[in-house]
Amino acid sequence: MKALSQKRRHPLAAVALLVLGLMLTGGLYAVVTTVNQAKADSSTFTSEQVQQGEKLFVANCATCHGLGASGTGNGPSLAGVGAAAVSFQVGTGRMPLQMQGPQAREKPVQFNPDQTTELAAYVATLGDGPALPEAQYLDGKGDAAVGGELFRVNCAMCHNAAAAGGALTRGKFAPALAGVSNQHMYEAMVTGPQNMPVFNDANITPEGKRDIITFLNTIEKQGSPGGAALGSLGPVSEGLFLWTAVLGVIIGFTVWLTSRTS
Amino acid sequence: MSTTAQTPFEPKTSTGRITNFVDERVGGSGMLREFGRKVFPDHWSFMFGEVALYSFVILLLSGTFLTLFFDPSMAETHYNGSYVPLKGLEMSVAYDSTLNISFDVRGGLIMRQVHHWAALLFVAAVSVHMLRVFFTGAFRKPRELNWVVGGVLLILSMAEGFTGYSLPDDLLSGNGLRIIDGVIMAIPVVGTYISFFLFGGEFPGTAIISRLYMFHIMLIPAMILLMIAIHLFMVVVHKHTQYPGPGRNDRNVVGYPLGPVYAAKAGGFFFIVFGVIALVSAFFTINPIWNYGPYDPSPISAGTQPDWYIGWVDGALRLMPGWLFNIPLEWHIPFPWGVNTLTLNVLLPALVPAGIVFTLLFAYPWIERWVTRDDREHHVLDRPRNAPTRTAIGVAGFIFYCVMWAAASSDLIATHFEVSLNDVTYWLRALFFIGPILGFIISKRVSLALQRKDREIALHGRETGRIVRLPHGEYQEMHAQLDDYKRYKLVGYESPLAEEGIPNENGIVTKTEKRRAALSRFFFEDRVAPATQAELTAGHEHHEAIEAGEEAKPVSRY
Amino acid sequence: MGNHSDDLPASSEVVAKAGHDEVEKFQDPGLPPHRLRLADTDPKAAKRAERQVAILFGISAIGTLLFFFAYFGIRLDQTIATLRLQNMFLGLGIGFAMLGIGTGIVHWARALMPDHEVSEERHEMRTEEDRLAAVQIVDDIVEETGIKRRPLIRNTLIGAMALAPLPAIAILRDLGPLPGNAMHTTLWKKGERLARDPDGTPIKAADVTIGSAFHVIPESLNTLTEGKLNEKAKAAVLMMRLDPDELHPSAGREDWAYNGIVAYSKICTHVGCPVALYEQQTHHLLCPCHQSTFDLTRECKVIFGPAVRPLPQLPITVDSEGYLVAQSGFHEPVGPSFWERS
Repeated sequence: MKALSQKRRHPLAAVALLVLGLMLTGGLYAVVTTVNQAKADSSTFTSEQVQQGEKLFVANCATCHGLGASGTGNGPSLAGVGAAAVSFQVGTGRMPLQMQGPQAREKPVQFNPDQTTELAAYVATLGDGPALPEAQYLDGKGDAAVGGELFRVNCAMCHNAAAAGGALTRGKFAPALAGVSNQHMYEAMVTGPQNMPVFNDANITPEGKRDIITFLNTIEKQGSPGGAALGSLGPVSEGLFLWTAVLGVIIGFTVWLTSRTS
Repeated sequence: MSTTAQTPFEPKTSTGRITNFVDERVGGSGMLREFGRKVFPDHWSFMFGEVALYSFVILLLSGTFLTLFFDPSMAETHYNGSYVPLKGLEMSVAYDSTLNISFDVRGGLIMRQVHHWAALLFVAAVSVHMLRVFFTGAFRKPRELNWVVGGVLLILSMAEGFTGYSLPDDLLSGNGLRIIDGVIMAIPVVGTYISFFLFGGEFPGTAIISRLYMFHIMLIPAMILLMIAIHLFMVVVHKHTQYPGPGRNDRNVVGYPLGPVYAAKAGGFFFIVFGVIALVSAFFTINPIWNYGPYDPSPISAGTQPDWYIGWVDGALRLMPGWLFNIPLEWHIPFPWGVNTLTLNVLLPALVPAGIVFTLLFAYPWIERWVTRDDREHHVLDRPRNAPTRTAIGVAGFIFYCVMWAAASSDLIATHFEVSLNDVTYWLRALFFIGPILGFIISKRVSLALQRKDREIALHGRETGRIVRLPHGEYQEMHAQLDDYKRYKLVGYESPLAEEGIPNENGIVTKTEKRRAALSRFFFEDRVAPATQAELTAGHEHHEAIEAGEEAKPVSRY
Repeated sequence: MGNHSDDLPASSEVVAKAGHDEVEKFQDPGLPPHRLRLADTDPKAAKRAERQVAILFGISAIGTLLFFFAYFGIRLDQTIATLRLQNMFLGLGIGFAMLGIGTGIVHWARALMPDHEVSEERHEMRTEEDRLAAVQIVDDIVEETGIKRRPLIRNTLIGAMALAPLPAIAILRDLGPLPGNAMHTTLWKKGERLARDPDGTPIKAADVTIGSAFHVIPESLNTLTEGKLNEKAKAAVLMMRLDPDELHPSAGREDWAYNGIVAYSKICTHVGCPVALYEQQTHHLLCPCHQSTFDLTRECKVIFGPAVRPLPQLPITVDSEGYLVAQSGFHEPVGPSFWERS
């Protein structure tokens, strides 16, 4: 791992990637990140896993993504999306896609973790891309305050300041982040699934991502000091609650107050 | 009091002595004689004004507590309190002190939540109270001025709410202020100047929080208090209105005496409102400023909305398209001195809907008075169904408001009902125009239908659900006639007729008069006349006479 | 007449067009007879109500004790859990203390105080006698001042009164500086490096990969000691990288992007919210406040929502060290429209 991280800081790596990136004009999944790239070393997977992954891919994914994952009209090429993208898309159940729509929805996961790793192993051989995140960044023991600030600048506009989710254009949405595993959060940041922008390691460092994950873990675990959070949706849910529940109770009291006893 | 021969009053108990001491100096017995047994009608819908008043008292109490700890300064500081996810961050002193109130002052969080929930309830109660007054016609002579005072109170309470919402200097309220700044800058000629004077320079500056604080804790509450005093004074002068019913008319007021029953109920109700707000604050978070973070002009959170009472203006801003059929709504007008910008896409939604709503709200008593030429005092309310056109106008206005209100949460509607954000906006744009019209038509028809049902019940009694088989095999449902008291409630209303224009002294029907006649037709053309004694009597005789008529309508047995 | 068939439209002639004659009305039967409550007749019921009221007052006292328990008994240890617990019990305490008193008094009033409705006469709002007297008084006052006979006094007074409030407006002048050129300038200038928000580290072109979105501030922003937020409010920029083929620059703006990297003002041209939502597949920018949507591939033209103008673009290039820098400042004022903006 140490060798890897040294290698990825090699000055030529960035240049090589820039050239590569300009050449790759294929699907938007074909994202090559400067800094994640060097980590994407397929040697972390066994050839056994790659073979199993290819079988699974041909049986389950090739209909849309094409043989050799070169892409079809129904699905983009997967060359260079990296193992992290597979782990996120398949691991959260977004892939295989249930149906075409504004965006892929989370649903029950179709493959067990081993199979997901095998698929990731196979796709990682197709081109360099973000690798599976290192465990040291997923422990949720970073600085929650720094993470919170990064989250508000980079993430809150779509996911809401309390990570409760939000709307995008034409039926798309940024999901709520409660219940998402640390690994999937990290993978989403480095791969930019669907309409989410990519936050490569030059934009938010791995330590920064760790801080963001720590922040999200913290606010999810601690809950709201004031009681039920009403979905953390802000003034709309507060107003709705007031007009229905609170005013309802008050009206109940006024009716009781002005009625005659038997 | 002019008699002098009486021996001076000698109080016997110590309480009596103290009371007498005060009375001799301020003359309280006269007041007590006047008000001690003053009669107040009792109805649940009359309580919303009290809810508003009590919420305001709670706001004063909790707000006073908050001022002891809040520091409205925009100086920079670094947070060092106990909320871990914000530790060490740069923020304003105002935000820092709000966090301290929430996390480090014991009871501070509950007071903040009580204050904010009470604020939401205050404006809501004012609104519902005004809706009640409108739909029951309580704004009619002699209460038009009090209606205006109420409208001013509504505006003041919105202003009070907004200034308070902005004080913590968190990300949510800061972006709210930025929107306000954007709207202010759209004002032609003076907009930029107002913005610079308000913020003490460029947005956000370092002055706005302390300036809003002054408005929030001094100027606006003082104005609200003054208006409340005027409002209540006029209630005492006018005496309360009452719903129609047996024994109630424009010359009397029927209800419970202030002491003891009404005072006990009203006084007890204060504690109930306080208790409900306290319980809500115990279990439900409001305005979790620690989630939003300190204000910074660069970040923003999804779902950035104002508190509910400003929502309709925000919704109007959202609904307005910037381009209408490829015509931009921002105009660059060439003047001799240069080109100036008129930004209608902001000005129109910010001013026009609010302008319409408040103009109609303030003018309505006079509009109706002009149309009906009714100069009598009204102390008996209309049941909403018995004034179908007024009710329909109110419903149309309410829907107009609600469409904009809903638009302020278009993004949440989209995510929660899994529809496209853009479609929600398109639908609401259509509803903005169609909704009030549909609401008007439907509610007017519903009112007329209810009136007809009342008439039916007054004349023929209630359906008992008891089916009887007559000797010749026919089945019919028995109807129970109402007693006189219940019937009077259904028939004791006025149903004015549409008026033709009245010629002036020269025998000419003026244009204004023609317009009045047109409005009068609009108001009163469709009407249900109240059932009359004659019809009831005729109905009973009729039954006997027409027993074997074409429809063989069965006779009520009661 | 007497069953629901009367609801048929054929018999709905009661919905009359104007012109119906008013016929004899029902007589007001007067107040209905008073109905006694259980507690009025049954001493046991009255006793029961009395006990209930006392219990409610007792609950209130317990609520107050609960408040003290929560305030002094629950020790805050800087965790959210204890704070939530304390908040809940403080609220419960106040809630019960208040509701106990409130419901107790109301129950007392409803069950035990007399519930006879009384009728009180309304008095005339003003009597004709008062009106005449008032008119006389006003006339006398006007006459005694002589204001009608001395128009000079009246007119000079009106003039003076009209002028007197003007200082109250003028004295507000120092609330803030005049706008001047402030709305037209930002920190961006030729050679200003693009830096990450919030830490202010400069960004290399190579760092920005396709699909990335960087939240950008001018590098010199964090060195400011005063007015940092004011400058940030104008200078915030969103930088993204697209496939250069997808950009359609207009004449004269072809070199404003660098290898598909584009930088646009983040401040909405509608009312100034940060337009920070970037959809990397559709290349749309969405403002979360009022849903204005901008198309990045067409120089941020407005494709939905209330905004009219496209977001201003910041022309960028790289310096000798490979860092992204501004070619110049913005070519137009950023943010919402204002009157002086041409």
